[in-house]
This record gives sequence, structure tokens and C-alpha cells, in this order.
Amino acid sequence: MKKVGNHNSISRKLLLGVTLMLAISFTSFAQDAAPAAATEAPAAAQGADPVKGKELFNSNCAACHKLDAKATGPALRGVAGRHDKAWLYKWIHNSSALIKSGDAAAVKIYEEYNKSVMTAFPQLSEGDIDNIIAYTSEEKAAAPAAVPGQAAAGASNGDDSGVSNNIILGALALVMLMLVVMLFLVNSVLTKVAKVNGIQVAPKTPTTPIWKAFAKNQFLVLVTAIFLLLASAYFVYGFLMQVGVDQNYEPIQPIHYSHKIHAGDNEINCKYCHSAARVSKNAGIPSLNVCMNCHKNIAEVAETTATPEYSKAFYDEQIQKLYTAVGWDKATQSYTGKTQPVKWVRIHNLPDFVYFNHSQHVTVAGIECQTCHGPVETYEIQKQFAPLTMGWCINCHRKTEVKMEGNDYYTKIHEELSKKYGVDKLTAAQMGGLECGKCHY
Amino acid sequence: MSSNKKYWKSVEELENGSIVEALRNNEFVEAIPTDEFLGNDDAMSSSSTSRRDFLKYVGFSTAAATLAACEGPVNKSIPYVLQPEQIIPGVADYYATSVFDGFDFANLLVKTREGRPIKIDNNTIAGAKFAANARIHASILSLYDNMRLKQPMIDGKDSSWSAVDAKIKTSLAEAKSTGGQVVLLTNTLASPSTEKLISEFISLNPSAKHVVYDAVSSSEALDAFESVYGERALVDYDFSKASLIVSIGADFLGDWQGGGYDSGYAKGRIPQNGKMSRHFQLEANMTLSGAAADKRLAMTVANQKQALVQIYNIVTGASVPVSLDAKFKTDVTKAGQQLKAAGANGVLVSGIQDKNAQLLVLAINQALSSSAYSTAGVRQIRKGSNEKVAQLLQDMKAGSVHTLLMSGVNPVYTLADSAMFVDGLKKVKTSVAFSTKEDETASLTTIAAAVPHYLESWGDLSLTKGSYSLTQPTIRPLFDTKQFQEVLMSLNGTAGSYYDYLKGASASVMAGTTWNKVLHDGIVVSESAGLSGGSADFSGAAASLAQSKPSKGFELVLYTKTGMGDGQQANNPWLQEFPDPITRVSWDNYVTVSNADAKELGLSNEIVANGGLNGSYANLTTAGGLKLENVPVIVQPGQAVGTIGLSLGYGRKAAMKEEMMVGVNAYSLYKGFNELQAVTLEKASGEHEFASVQGQKTLMGRGDIIKETTLEIFNTKDAKVWNEVPMVSLNHEEVAGTTVDLWDSFDRSVGHHFNLSIDLNACTGCGACVIACHAENNVPVVGKSEVRRSRDMHWLRIDRYYSSESTFAEDNERKDNIAGLSSSLSTFNEMEKAGDNPQVSFQPVMCQHCNHAPCETVCPVAATSHSRQGQNHMAYNRCVGTRYCANNCPYKVRRFNWFLYNKNSEFDYHMNDDLGRMVLNPDVNVRSRGVMEKCSMCIQMTQATILNAKREGRSIVDGEFQTACSNACSTGAMVFGDVNDNQSKVTKLAADDRMYHLLEHVGTKPNVIYHVKVRNT
Repeated sequence: MKKVGNHNSISRKLLLGVTLMLAISFTSFAQDAAPAAATEAPAAAQGADPVKGKELFNSNCAACHKLDAKATGPALRGVAGRHDKAWLYKWIHNSSALIKSGDAAAVKIYEEYNKSVMTAFPQLSEGDIDNIIAYTSEEKAAAPAAVPGQAAAGASNGDDSGVSNNIILGALALVMLMLVVMLFLVNSVLTKVAKVNGIQVAPKTPTTPIWKAFAKNQFLVLVTAIFLLLASAYFVYGFLMQVGVDQNYEPIQPIHYSHKIHAGDNEINCKYCHSAARVSKNAGIPSLNVCMNCHKNIAEVAETTATPEYSKAFYDEQIQKLYTAVGWDKATQSYTGKTQPVKWVRIHNLPDFVYFNHSQHVTVAGIECQTCHGPVETYEIQKQFAPLTMGWCINCHRKTEVKMEGNDYYTKIHEELSKKYGVDKLTAAQMGGLECGKCHY
Repeated sequence: MSSNKKYWKSVEELENGSIVEALRNNEFVEAIPTDEFLGNDDAMSSSSTSRRDFLKYVGFSTAAATLAACEGPVNKSIPYVLQPEQIIPGVADYYATSVFDGFDFANLLVKTREGRPIKIDNNTIAGAKFAANARIHASILSLYDNMRLKQPMIDGKDSSWSAVDAKIKTSLAEAKSTGGQVVLLTNTLASPSTEKLISEFISLNPSAKHVVYDAVSSSEALDAFESVYGERALVDYDFSKASLIVSIGADFLGDWQGGGYDSGYAKGRIPQNGKMSRHFQLEANMTLSGAAADKRLAMTVANQKQALVQIYNIVTGASVPVSLDAKFKTDVTKAGQQLKAAGANGVLVSGIQDKNAQLLVLAINQALSSSAYSTAGVRQIRKGSNEKVAQLLQDMKAGSVHTLLMSGVNPVYTLADSAMFVDGLKKVKTSVAFSTKEDETASLTTIAAAVPHYLESWGDLSLTKGSYSLTQPTIRPLFDTKQFQEVLMSLNGTAGSYYDYLKGASASVMAGTTWNKVLHDGIVVSESAGLSGGSADFSGAAASLAQSKPSKGFELVLYTKTGMGDGQQANNPWLQEFPDPITRVSWDNYVTVSNADAKELGLSNEIVANGGLNGSYANLTTAGGLKLENVPVIVQPGQAVGTIGLSLGYGRKAAMKEEMMVGVNAYSLYKGFNELQAVTLEKASGEHEFASVQGQKTLMGRGDIIKETTLEIFNTKDAKVWNEVPMVSLNHEEVAGTTVDLWDSFDRSVGHHFNLSIDLNACTGCGACVIACHAENNVPVVGKSEVRRSRDMHWLRIDRYYSSESTFAEDNERKDNIAGLSSSLSTFNEMEKAGDNPQVSFQPVMCQHCNHAPCETVCPVAATSHSRQGQNHMAYNRCVGTRYCANNCPYKVRRFNWFLYNKNSEFDYHMNDDLGRMVLNPDVNVRSRGVMEKCSMCIQMTQATILNAKREGRSIVDGEFQTACSNACSTGAMVFGDVNDNQSKVTKLAADDRMYHLLEHVGTKPNVIYHVKVRNT
């Protein structure tokens, strides 16, 4: 006689348990989503509008001045305290005239800043200047005491956090343990009941163990052997094909450079820095003078750039590394001439026997950088997105249609090929993009 | 039944059993000391390494090695701190420059990548007339020579420039006070600014004088020209204007008077409208000019002199008695009469080193009023005076030279009186050698001043009168070097840099143009008027020339080899491995002997079992008693009986890698700067092992490899006659082989389809393409012993064929007349041998890029495959090295990497050091061991051209597509292009009647096409 009821109930319990645990784990994330609202209290200025002032400051002054640090010109926070307004109007409208007139304060600044003349801004009205002064007179916002970075945690999916995985696994283990205990208890109870009821439990008849039976069945052994061999061949092949494929290679770089901040938050075009990608086979790692185009004036990151993982101090230290490498003295705002070229770790390593040309793909084909390099603008640490295997290249060449419009080079060949294949659009493969010698020479 | 027979292994065993017995018992001569180690239990047990430990170590190291192998290497990328505006990594920059090293000269375009020069191309701008030869193409590798002088040295110790300046200044002051002589010994400079500096130097140091010394002298021609026109220069012949060229001992396609005449010559050699120039060559050694000639007479120099007088008689109507050998009389007279008939369209040149002979050349050309001969724009590339150098030697011997400054010369190596110079040098108070190497001279001087390579230097050149070209640096100096001019400036007390000085000095020639324009173009040319024609006692010269008596013994004619020149670049592995166009021997110089003389002296060449060429040794003794021993011998078809040839430029020992110290120094016989020496020759013992790349000499009447015809047949007969299409049998009918096809053809009418056309009429065999290919495609150097084993790696070779009879046509006829087996065996045997004065043809052969390629069908891994563009691809990373393809290739153009040739100390050439590897082309893969390689038809260049056009959104115009060889070819023999472009030059060439394919009957349908060679006999 068989009793089958138990089996069912166990699986039901299991399912219930898992559902329960999952539900708990999800709710545990809800408390993370508490946004920290750290808004600055606008400092009131006498009738002038600091918001307008900020706008004007950013468009006119920020190229040479910072609020709190020396740049090409002096730091401007609290400048109204250092000079009177009438003097400031004169200086801003025409600083060189003021210097020529022999004004002591003007000459002092002129001398202090390497005799660089400030551009005259006759177009700024006194009201505009008042607005700017109002903006520069704002108190420096205190660093938020709370940890604002918590807000940055993304949408919770459960599977992106190591903690939740552990909780689930722990819960499952507990459930399993409980089941084992319950089964044992049930078994012992049933045995007891049977004993009490006087039911004879049939002693186990010694049968041939399953492994012996298996070993005796030659057909099964053969099939299993073949199966195992095939399976191992499959895995070995899979393993070997991974050799030399460095997808997701994410080395530690000498300077922690965040593409997320540059290409993501600040939306700097990829080709601003990697300008060689347009014309050369190499995309080119930007030379440090390209960095200094902006970083001459950006010596530190904004408070809001910092994340729980990387503090502001950490980022500022990275910018300092750039200054050390390029030989920029922040204090004197000048190059010292002592340079230390940065030894970046190369991430995308194509073998020597492959010829790849960026300009062909970027300029001629107009392919977005992200197609091969992934969502770089989200990468805090740059990594290799694509496998860079031949199969990967070939697949793309097979399905990508060549952009031929407006390129006189393709006019004739397009006409001839489209007639030959009877299609209007041609893939790179149809253009001969699968021939060995196109990439291997 | 058992047998009691006893078997002996040897006679000794039978006769003298004891020795055999002893040997059998003692297998090892000395007892192996096993007991000493294993028998000693104490040593075993006390050893700190137990068996278990040993196994542990083995296990650990194996595991560690395995794990280490799994880790990929970490590559570093280091960008510029401050990127120069004009350098974009991955994009090549080109700079126009010019070179003159005292021997070779050219107007160049230098390709640089990431700031390092990697390739030399010809500057093709209007006015730049001198194309690079093989040596100039290879000079880029000399820039990266690890044996270069890396800093100035005083008395053999590293020093600084300030110390060098101070020491020379002190010495000059001392010379001034004591009245000692100061001598500047330089090569021909042809540099207006440097000459200005030197004249300033001389005016500051009144006791100073400037001696110009050319290692390989053209002094007689200069003397003759100077005496007639009053200017020390050489005529710049324009062979394109000549319909009849008579050359008496002048290898003008080689290095005669500097060379560089091949492009003009080739223009007249391509039959157009039924016409081409006719070329007589009278010479002793077999030269490139002799090979190209329509009629070549192999004669001794003594006979050449008589022939010159004879022609002089005919052209000018003089009647100087001549004693020309009877057998040449008709031919020389014919040449003279034709020359006279040609009038202004004729030209005569001569390389005879005799002032009288050179005067006659001027006289004959004047009499013809030859249009190829012009005194406008004369060459200023040789100025050396034999007399002045001889005088300097005397002065040095007398001890009257106080300070000696040498630049661009290596007299200890190049002077026949080297010992005298070395003695004299000891008496010189301060001697300075400005040199890129610590060469034979620089290692003996007080100061070895390290100068930069020309690719690191500023300079100006006036190669011909009226032309002005600039030399500009293409890389920052690699070492602590200073130009000769900079040192002169500091000695003169001139302030500023040489660049500023150069700019100032060039102001006068910059009229109507700007410095930047000239720097960009590389050259500016102004009209130069012809010199007013002077005269001299020509008939007297003729009479005295006719009087000259032949010397006793052999006439040794010294020459410069196409690959080595004057020997400045002897440490250049590309040049060492470059096979001589005529003998096809690399890594050696040798004495060339005619077949008849070789037989008489018992000298021989033979190909031994391993396929290498062996040759006898010979000892040379000049009439003056100078000796050169153990010179290897090459039996040279076409060598005039009674003459022998030997090339200069070999046998260097200083600042050389050991592998490169090959050959003998023939300068030691270059007595009195005369390339003609009377010598006796005798066989020496021993056999020399040559590294020859071509064993076979003749075509064996196989007219389908090199098709030759005469102008007469070419003009009068149908193309089918002189450009025969091989016939094959199809369905029992004879049809043209080109129409039969085993395969289905691909449609190649879409896109580009590349063809390379090679005109055998224009090819002079100069070999510039071979070195250009070397540089462009990272072809490795394999060394002498590997070349000997036929493992040379040249992607492009220039086959040389001799005729067995006096012409190839006679060979064909002879082969066709063979009847029967015995006749065929004996005839073929004889046809293997080259004739005594054979016709010579060159044929550049590279991968033929067959449309039906036999290599592709046999590759088991499909590593070689065909492209739609006509190129046969070779995927190195796919190749497993079965070499089936090489075996199935009818043209034998595939090269196998038997070893790893880079970063391998067994092959210690440029690819084994960091400096030498800087020359590698980053767009071309460096192949590894076990991989097959071959000509790719410069796919990296065609792809780059296509990409540029795509990027600029335009179609490609004819002439943009180039290969390294077609770019290097200055004669226009090689033309590359797209045959799907109806307007292209190569399309027209492919449709030409002279077009044929190599081994057409094989049906491979190659994309390399040849043009039937036409001789104007």
C-alpha cells in the first residue's frame, strides 16, 4: 500500500517557504530608498539676484575664476569684502585702464597673477555685476552631514546585492534543515505507530545495489561513457575558447579615471578626448594636455560627485595625480616642466595579427563607440565590454549594412553590387568584409 | 639444422680480435663514476635534497609554470604628456628630405610613424630627379644601428661635447701659434652652407686647408671636365634623349659617376611607335648596364681604350692609329658609324679612369652635339682630387699636419695606402673623426666625434648646379651626437644653431619662394645656363691614349656592388643579405673570373649536395706587390677574358657585428685610386661556401619564362609570333592555353581588382624594390648560412638568366631542334651552362596572386585564400606550417619561417635589439616560427588607400594605389593599379600586345603581368 499524500505537502511547503523568504528580502530594500534632501539655503543679497549671478558667473567668469580657489585669476568668493563696488565696476569694465592709471590695488593683482590681463567686460551692466557679486557673496554651503550617497543606490532588483543573496540562501538552508528534521520525525512516529499497531515491517530483501546493476549493463555503461566524453569535450572546448578572451577585464589604473563622471554626468563627447578615433587606426589614449584643457580650472570635484564608494577627497587626489604627471603647480598656476607620463594599463588588447582601424568604423561607418565598448558613460571603472573574438567581429560584419549614402567612394561599387545581389542595402560581408586578408596581414 | 657459421662485423674482428674485444668490453672510454655517487651511502643519506623533495620541487615548478602560463600579460599604454600637433598615433607623416653621404644621393620622402622614420620613398615632386637606390632604401636601418657611436669619445674614452670643443679649440690655437697645418678632410659635400662654414673656418685659421676625398674616385673625369670647362663637376647625362648609347666601361645603370641614370635610360628603352634606343656596351666585368645592353662586347680595358680612340676617329674624322684587337674591329666600327649617324641623338660615355679617355668622351659628345650631353645643371656630387689626397699623405708622413679634422671619410679603411695613413696619423697632434661609427679611422683618432645620421640632421644640398634641396631631421637625435657643422660653428665662434645658420645661408636661393615651401617640397630648382664650351688638345689626348700599352697578367677591374656601394653601410643586414643582381650571391665579395681563365687556372664553382654553391679560393698579387689572399672565386659568364673583377666595400672589421664581417677589403688594391690594376692570379687551397640564392644559370630555351624578341621582329611580325600563347589540347584540338579553364571563375568585375605590371624592358635589376619590400613588410634577415640553405625570406626576388648561346633566341632555336633522346640529353646538359658572353635578363618575381592559385587548393587549414580584389591572402595566424602551398607553387615565391627570426640571439640582426626593431612597420605583422609567408601585394597599402578615400568620401584616382616595389621603382618598370578602372595605366598595360603571364600554360591566371623584352639589336 502506498501513501502519497505526504510528498505533495512537502513540495508545497517548500514553495511557500521560498516565496516567503523572497518577500522578506524584497521588503528589506524598501528602507534604503530614503532620499536625502540637502538643499542649500539661498543667502539673501541686497536686492541683487544670486541665481542670475550664478548664470553670469558661469558664462563669463568661470573660465578663469573659481569661487574658492585660485585659478588663472583669484578666488572670487567674498570679493565684495576685499574691494569696493565702484572699484570692481571699473576693474571689470576695463582692468587694463585701471592698471595704467596706477591704482595700487589693481597693479598688485596684476603683478601677482603673472601680469596676465583680465578680459574687459564692457557688456556687463552694473546690475549684472551686482548679481555676480551677490552670487560670490553667498556663504559656502557646508558639506551635508548626512551620508547623501545612500540615495544613489539604484533600483533594487534583489540580485544585485550580495546581502540579499546570502539571506535567501540562508533561509533556504534553514527550510531544508527543517524538512530533514520533520521527515525524520514523521518516519520515527510512523514506525512507532506501526509497532504499536503490530504491523510487521517487512525486512529489506538484499537486492543487487544499483551501481552493480549499472556496471553489469554494458549498454548503459557505453552510453554513459559516450555521454560523459561528449559532455567533457563540450566543457573543455568551452573552456579553451575562453582562453585569451578578456571580456570584462577591469584592471586597476594608475589614476582612477571615471568615464561615468566625464562621459556620463558631464556628457563630454567620446571623440573630444579620443580624437584620433576619427582619423587613425588607434582611438588613442588622450595625451595629458587634453586633460588639462578642462582640468586647468577643475582642481577638485563638486561635493555632489562623491559617492559612498569614492569620496570627494579620493577624486581630488586623482586630479592631483594628473597634476603631478603633467607637472602642473596648482599654487602658482604654472607648469613646472617635470612630467611623469602615466602608464595606463591597456584594456583592449587585440592580438598583433589583427588589423583594426577605428576611423573605418567611427568615421566611415558612423558606428557609435558604445556598440563595441558598451555603456562607457556608466562605467566608474573602464572595462572590456565586448569579447573581441573573431566570431564577434564576423557576426557584426554579416548583419551590419554599410552606410553608403553621401559617400562618393561607394557610388560605383554600390551600383554594381546591388545589381549583383539584387538588394538595395549591402552588408559589410557582401562588400568583402569577411575576407581573411582584410584584417589579417 | 643449426648452422655453425660465424659472422664478423668487420675485417678487424676477423683479423685482430683483441682490439675489437677490448672495445666491446669497454663501451665507454672512461668508466662512468656511478659508484662514486650512488655507492656512497653517506653522501646519499646526508644530502639535503631527498627524493621526496626533488619530486616536490618538480611538481611545484610544473604547477607554477602552468599557472603562470594561464595569466595574460599586462600591457601598458603610455600616451604623450604633451602631444605634438602633427603627430597622431597610428597615422603616418611624410617629410621631404635629401641625402648625400659622399657616395649615394637622392631626393626622398621619409615615412614616419609616431615620430620614428620607418620607410624611405622617392620624392616625386617636379625637379626631384634622383630616386633612391637599394642602399638609400636600406639606409633607414642604418639609423637604428646599435653599433653607432653614441657619444663623443676622446682617446677611446666616453667624453662630452664641451670637452671635445675645448680640446679642438686648444689644438687649433696651438697650430696657429706654431704654424702647424690644419687640414679638413671631408667627402664631397655638395652643401653650400657647409662649404660656407668651411671657408669661414679657413679664413679664421690661415694655416688650414680643405681636402676633398672621394673613397671611390672619379678624379680623372673631373680633371678632364675641369680642364675643358673650368669647373670641377660631372656631366649629368640625359639618356632619355638618346637613341643611341655607346658606353665604354661605364656602368651607368650602376654606380658610374654616382649612378642615378636608370630612370632616364628606361624612358628610351620602352618601344613606342616602333622605336626604342639602342645601347652598345663595351666592358670587362658583367654589369647591370651590360645586362641591359642590346649589344655587349666583353673586352679588356686596354682594348676599351683603343675602341674609344677608334670611335673618336670615326666620329671626328681624325685618324689616330689604333691597335684594337681584330675580333672587335667590326663591331666597334659599326658602333662608331651608328653613333656618327645618330648625330645629336647619340651619346657616348666612358668609365675608363684616364684623363685622356675622359677628354675624348667630351670631344666625341661635343662633335655629335649630343642632346643627352649638356653642361647645364652639372653634377656636383664628386669633387675629390687624387693629387691633393696624395699630398696630404705626404704631409702627414712628414709630420707637418698638426690638426686633422675628418668628416664623412674613413681613410684607414678606404685608402690603399692605409698603413701610411695610420703612420701619418700618429704624427698628427690632434685628429678628429666625425663619424656615425667608431670605424677603422675613428678608433685611431684622438677624438671620435659622434655625428647624427642624415635622418636626424639638418642640411642643404646642391646635387646638380641650379638645384637646391634641404635635408631635415625626421626624428630627434637618438644619441648624444652633434653635426659636423655645429662643431665648425662653435670653432668659428658663430652664435646660434646650425638651423639658423642654414636658414640664413639659404636666403639667396630662396628668391621667389619661401623656406617653408622649400622644406615642404624638399627641393627648389632654378634654371642653370650651360657652361661655355672650352676646348683642349683632344687629338693629343687620343694619340697618347692610343699609345697606352696593355698590362701584363690579369687586368683587375675594381667595382662597387649594387648592394654594398663603397662599404659605408657594411653593418646593414638588409644590404648584406641583398643578393647581387648579376651573381645572385649575398653576404660576400669575390673575384669574378671568365670561364676560359677559370679553366686554365683550375678555378671552379660547383653546387654541392646541400644545394649550396662552393667556389675555389684565389690569391691576387698586384704589379706593385700588394697581396690579397684567399679571395673566393665566382666564374662569371660575360667576364672579358684576361680580366677579373672584385668589388670594394667588403672586409670591414670595425664597429661591425660579427656576422657582418664578411668578404675581403679590395680597397687595399685600389692603388693610386685606379680601379684598374695589373695583377697575377693563382689558385689557393680550400673551398669557399657561398650564400647564393640562385643555382640555375640559364633558361634552357624556356621562352615562356622570359619572352624576348628583337625590335625588328616586334615591329614587323604579328604579336602571335613574338608573344606566343601556349597551346593545349582540348577535345583533341589545339587551342590557346589561356582559354582553357579547369575552374569556374569568380566575377571580379566589381570593386577593385589589382594588377601589377612589370616591364622587362625597363627593369634594370637595380634591386631597389627588393629592399623597399624588406622595409615595408618586415621581412626578416636570416643570415649567411640560412641563405646558403635556400631559406632566404625575400618576398620579391629578381631572377637573373643568362643565355647559353649568345642570345636567348638561339637558345630557343637550339632547344626546338633537339631530335631524339640522346640529342636531348646532351643538348640540355650543354644548355645548362651559360655562354661566354651571354645575353642577360632580369625578372622580378613575387607572389603572382593567381586567380586560380594552386597554393589555395592544397592548404589543409584554408590559411591562404583569395580575395575579390585579386590579392591572394595569407592568414599567418591560421597557418600550421605544412608547407604544401610552397610545394604546389609553380613560381616558388612562398617563404617559410624555419626559425623565429625576431628576438632570437641566434639571428642577431636588427630584429634582435630594441633599437633595430624601431624600423618595423606597425601595420604589418611580424611573423613567427613555423609560418608560411609571401608577398601580400602590399595589402596594408591598398587598404589604407581605400580607407582614405572612404573617409574623404571620394573615388580613387589612378596612381593612388601603390605597392612598396612599384613605389620604389624609379624606371617605371613596375606599375600597380586597378584593372577595373578603365582609365588606369595598368589597364592599358594589361591590354598591351607585349603582355604575358609567367608560365601561362599552367593556367594559374596571375594578377602579376609581364611585358615581353624587346632588344634593339
